Amino acid sequence: MLANLGYIDRELLKEYNHTGSPLGMHLDSTKVPGVDASTGSLGHGLSMGLGLALGARLKGQTWRTYVLLGDGECNEGSVWEAAMAASHFKAAALTAIVDRNRCMIDGPTEEVMALEPFVDKWRAFGWETLVVDGHDFCALAGALDRAIVRTDGPTVIIAETEKARGIDFMAGDYRWHYGSLDATKTAEARTSLESYFAQRMAKLAQNAGVDARGLVTEGA
Amino acid sequence: MAGLTYTMIDTTKLSTMEIYGKTLCDLGAEHPEVVALSADLAKSTKIGLFGEAYPERFFNVGIAEQNMFGVAAGLARAGLVPYVSTFAIFCSMRGLDQVHTDICYQNLDVKIIGTHAGLSFGQAGSTHHCTEDIAIMRTMANLTVIVPADGRETSHAVRAAYARKGPVYIRINRGFDQRLYDGGDYGFEIGKAVTLHEGTDLTVIACGSCVWQALEAARRLEKEDGLKVRVLDMHTVKPIDTQAIESAVHETRRIITVEDHTVIGGLGGAVAEVAAGTGKSFSFKRLGIPDCFSVIGLHEDLMALHGIDENGIVAAARELLGKDFEDDESWEDEV
Repeated sequence: MLANLGYIDRELLKEYNHTGSPLGMHLDSTKVPGVDASTGSLGHGLSMGLGLALGARLKGQTWRTYVLLGDGECNEGSVWEAAMAASHFKAAALTAIVDRNRCMIDGPTEEVMALEPFVDKWRAFGWETLVVDGHDFCALAGALDRAIVRTDGPTVIIAETEKARGIDFMAGDYRWHYGSLDATKTAEARTSLESYFAQRMAKLAQNAGVDARGLVTEGA
Repeated sequence: MAGLTYTMIDTTKLSTMEIYGKTLCDLGAEHPEVVALSADLAKSTKIGLFGEAYPERFFNVGIAEQNMFGVAAGLARAGLVPYVSTFAIFCSMRGLDQVHTDICYQNLDVKIIGTHAGLSFGQAGSTHHCTEDIAIMRTMANLTVIVPADGRETSHAVRAAYARKGPVYIRINRGFDQRLYDGGDYGFEIGKAVTLHEGTDLTVIACGSCVWQALEAARRLEKEDGLKVRVLDMHTVKPIDTQAIESAVHETRRIITVEDHTVIGGLGGAVAEVAAGTGKSFSFKRLGIPDCFSVIGLHEDLMALHGIDENGIVAAARELLGKDFEDDESWEDEV
């Protein structure tokens, strides 16, 4: 995405995870343009996002701050420290999006450390809480719009997702949080993704009432 | 802190933290981008003075130190200059992951003022004693670590921290410090030790509340033993003044370090690292809190107990002077 937006040279992607490369598993904001915060350690982002939102207000700026959190990350106490403070300071320019894929490294979230009732938790902390299908762009866009119009406090969008959606042998399986693919698996994954993409395009076209074939060819 | 009585040596003066609070208010008046944060210790750390002067630029985040340091990082990223205060133990331990990842790693302009450092909140017990922070904080890349010796030096440090880009940790005490510096400009500079007493027999390198004790000890050693003791106020533990340490090794060949901190990894460790690199033989003694959780008590009592006061330094100096530091019979090559 950073390459698409022109923040970094596409060639740099080839260096990913190479010794000495600025592009590692967890991005360094001091090395990679376009990265507002160095991420990787969990439970840090929401506080930093709150600081950015409060900074915008103090400086009379209109930028909005979006923080993407994992659902497993919400085990961290610091997330709830930040959640409490964001509603206390009425940080309306702050929007959190939780990727609710129900997977963490050691297993399903509800088995490792139950988060439910998850929506109630956010509401109890004073957040406008919206639950959407995280694979539905229209639903996500609608929720983001609702967050923008709220003026008296922060909004969280709980995006219900399936981890690795579209790759049949990975989808929904927590064990693929961290894994490598050999050539065979890579080919399988690519085929599966292409078929998933075709399905999605067909559905879009059906909704829009157009012929799917043209879209699929163009997109693939 | 109702219910706790601190030994006030001179109640007519402001406490170190009060001077910090007032300095921060002045900085706030000069620089609109200065903001302040605390975690339910606004009154105790005196950062609340800034909050009273500039309520819209002050954030009390409640008892949530991790969030406080993360929010400070975000504010710094937004172009503001946050000063953050809580007790030193919570800066260096409770919120350390955020200090490390959000502030130091991203080299953000956050100034952390840890109060109630060392054994200065002596009666509060080991949960509030902070004798590990210098060792912890000086291992954080990008972080400058300053331990001012008195209120005036604290004022200089708070101002110098603003002028220095990047994160700074300033460690100050609860209550009153003996006044070392008068009104005049003595050339405070981050990373440059202040020579308070010249000497060639021995160098005492101290920081924080131990500097005044070292100076008193040097005066007494001169009077009673005829010794010329060099005293360095090593207010910046990182980046440390290597030149001052090297000169001390070359010119006095005997070094004593004194700090209100564990003897492991603090000022003594930092000085040893530099001194060992000189290739010269020298006698060396680190004074500080031994590897233990201290008993409770008044700051002054605890300093005496652990030998980091004037008496302790005098005794250590006499012991060191009585040693042939090369462990041979010849004194010819020694100072």
